[in-house]
Amino acid sequence: MAQRICVVDYGMGNLRSVENALRFLGCRTRLAASPEGLKGADAYVLPGVGAFGEAMENLARRGLRGPLSGLVIKEKVPILGICLGMQLVAESSDENGNHKGLGWVQGHVRKIPVGKTTRLPHIGWNNVEISKTDPLYQKVKGDLNFYFVHSYRFECDDEYVSATCEYDVPITASIQKGHIFATQFHPEKSQENGLRVLRSFVDYVQNSRH
Amino acid sequence: MLKKRLIPCLVLRDNLIVQSIGFGTYLPIGRAEIAVEFVANWDVDEIFLVDITATREGRPPNTSIVSSVSRDCFVPLTYGGGIRTLEHVRSVLEAGADKVSVNTACFTDPAFVSKASKAFGVQCIVASVDVKSGSKGRPEVMQGDGHKATGKDPAEWARQVEDMGAGEIFLNSVDRDGTKKGYDIELVQEIASAVKIPVIACGGVGKLQDFVDGILLGGASAVSAANIFQYTEHSTILAKAKLKTAGVDIRLNTAAKYDNVGFDEHGRLLKRGQDDLESIWFEKHQLEEI
Repeated sequence: MAQRICVVDYGMGNLRSVENALRFLGCRTRLAASPEGLKGADAYVLPGVGAFGEAMENLARRGLRGPLSGLVIKEKVPILGICLGMQLVAESSDENGNHKGLGWVQGHVRKIPVGKTTRLPHIGWNNVEISKTDPLYQKVKGDLNFYFVHSYRFECDDEYVSATCEYDVPITASIQKGHIFATQFHPEKSQENGLRVLRSFVDYVQNSRH
Repeated sequence: MLKKRLIPCLVLRDNLIVQSIGFGTYLPIGRAEIAVEFVANWDVDEIFLVDITATREGRPPNTSIVSSVSRDCFVPLTYGGGIRTLEHVRSVLEAGADKVSVNTACFTDPAFVSKASKAFGVQCIVASVDVKSGSKGRPEVMQGDGHKATGKDPAEWARQVEDMGAGEIFLNSVDRDGTKKGYDIELVQEIASAVKIPVIACGGVGKLQDFVDGILLGGASAVSAANIFQYTEHSTILAKAKLKTAGVDIRLNTAAKYDNVGFDEHGRLLKRGQDDLESIWFEKHQLEEI
């Protein structure tokens, strides 16, 4: 049966892009903007485009923060954070002041230091170096590059890092802690390899279903 | 490291994709859905879709077109045209775009541009800057659809839109638009060195070498064009092959191979020998189901 993937809608982000990609892979998707909407999904996707502080506020205002944490941490429902959605799982962020995150993965979000030849935001396709193939990168092939668009990076212990990229400084490209997955790049906008990453996540969800 | 980007620009006028020449003459191409579906599968890095009559006609952004073109578009999509309010930005993103491009609003409502940048992030806001050589011989910035002169200095204006919160500048030369004379390299250089955000060069591409020049001479982070992609076979793939052979770090994601092939002076592929063609006659390429 098709996986039921719930895209968390906190009023920010390119939700439709994520839904389009998941539907292309044959998933059943729906948006959840309230705690009731979160119920009964096989997995969650936490997308996001925008500022950290406002995103956390919106999650709280819609009553999503507590219930989502319960589902992910206590009930261990798989989740994939994308871009800002990856940063939100950190303990805190320095974007426009200091903000507390969801705190699911130990780490902090800080501004990318600008090098001599680099510009911010870090926009475009960048190569990634994979350190943990299983399960997210099992299907990727060819030149491994993905579409990034961000100005802050996730700083955490290597143990959680599944891929990195270089932009004069190293940037965490994706993380994994058990059933919590997140990518700094946009798999839904990274053509075939992006879709392959999403397919791997969906397969993981299917295999871990009890 | 970060790749340079190739971004086809699709110009929308009265719901049709058109070729634009000098911001004044328009030749119809066809439906937006078809054009986007094609280029999205042609190894491009992003797509820039702009509705050039939305602002002039006072229309809100065309979200129904955005939502139909974004369905099978798995590369980033930027939409411009008629965006004046935060609600407009939200509706365009909800319809499936990833970024919005603003032009007129930068002049009429800079506070809105700043607010949009705060709310949706700088990476979401592309400032479209059109430049034309002015009457006094100095280039100046044009507002809206390229017809209203503002007297503003391009570099100064580029810094202002950066301060407003734009995350990228889409730089177009009105003089070069549709002329096939190549980018205004001096202009690209000037803007790229004036700001710290990425600059996308557009306007005037007539041959593949122009893309190379925009990046290597102009210093652009990305190169864009419209007309060349519409009447040239394999145009996007050839453009990338050309960039690659010139030593530009660009993403290649195509089954097409361009090893051991050359280009003629017009940038067309050189014909391969008969033996070569016969050897690949029955090569089978398995389609992957992701």
